[in-house]
Amino acid sequence: MSKNKKRAVIILIIIAIVLALFPLFMLKGAKFSGSDDAGSSMVNEITGGDYHPWFTPVLEQVIHGELPGEIESLLFCVQTGIGVGIIAFIMGRLVERKKQEDMRNAEENNKKEHPAG
Amino acid sequence: MVSLMLGVSPAVNAMHIMEGYLPAKYCIAWGIICVPFLILGYRSIQKKLKENRKNITLLAMAGAFIFVLSSLKIPSVTGSCSHMTGTGLGAILFGPSAVSILGIIVLIFQAVLLAHGGLTTLGANTFSMAIAGPFLSYGIYVLCNKLKVNRYVGIFLSAFIGDIFTYCVTSYELALAYPSKEGGVGASVIKFLGVYAPTQLPLAVLEGILTVIIIMALETYARSELKMAGFYFGGQKNEQK
Repeated sequence: MSKNKKRAVIILIIIAIVLALFPLFMLKGAKFSGSDDAGSSMVNEITGGDYHPWFTPVLEQVIHGELPGEIESLLFCVQTGIGVGIIAFIMGRLVERKKQEDMRNAEENNKKEHPAG
Repeated sequence: MVSLMLGVSPAVNAMHIMEGYLPAKYCIAWGIICVPFLILGYRSIQKKLKENRKNITLLAMAGAFIFVLSSLKIPSVTGSCSHMTGTGLGAILFGPSAVSILGIIVLIFQAVLLAHGGLTTLGANTFSMAIAGPFLSYGIYVLCNKLKVNRYVGIFLSAFIGDIFTYCVTSYELALAYPSKEGGVGASVIKFLGVYAPTQLPLAVLEGILTVIIIMALETYARSELKMAGFYFGGQKNEQK
């Protein structure tokens, strides 16, 4: 990665983190509930009354109730983990491969420049 | 970076139309609309893999990117949470139809295990997140290339607009099923957009930035794979198509 690109990536990462965390510090006391829930209450508002979903999630049928918040976050973490795992694995391989390639190229150039040595 | 954001907010639901919230006929209709796209997507993935087995690397990367981004619920300026789609990257690398397959895998995962989204609303959610969004992303990306917009700006715009559009389509899907008494579908669209759009806007920017970062990384470390997948390197060496 060239120096400029490296700098660009670092700046972008910082912007991303700030952007993600900014609302948390800006809106103290906000609940940060999902926009899904907001969507559902909008459905209620439009239909003018309580809308009863006609189907409940399979998992909630199996465990007879709502998925506990902690378990839900666990499952979300599993999803993130699977994704990050794959990305990290592939990126690790690619980065190392590039290093090896660069080393080999450098060696070959060396040989060309000093054929005797 | 990702792990940092992971700590952000493991609170309740976000986006996708929830289980049981669409009347049955709409569920079926959206499902049917999705089928041809899924078949196209399956074929295009099959073709890519037949061309070269090694395309699996980038394909896995694009899939994993959707996995990660759609699992991270980020707080937004409106005081509620939502998550990104992550479909822009796949659309840019493999074209929009391939993403429909990657997207539906994530949606099924979330619907079954997380009670997030839903099996009955799978068709509608697939259409908005895995079909409409990526197709627009891809269109914007191609357009930006044609207009010779800076490549990274193009990628950013493509992911950004694709993300926003996903929520526009979601709003429309909900509005179709729940037209307002006064004003009908149009008024409902505006109401639902009012819920989703302001929340999603900063997240879409975030998605654009993350997509640019990952493409920068791939350009540095995975040049040969990108060429194989037919990625356009913006004027440099694009003899390989």
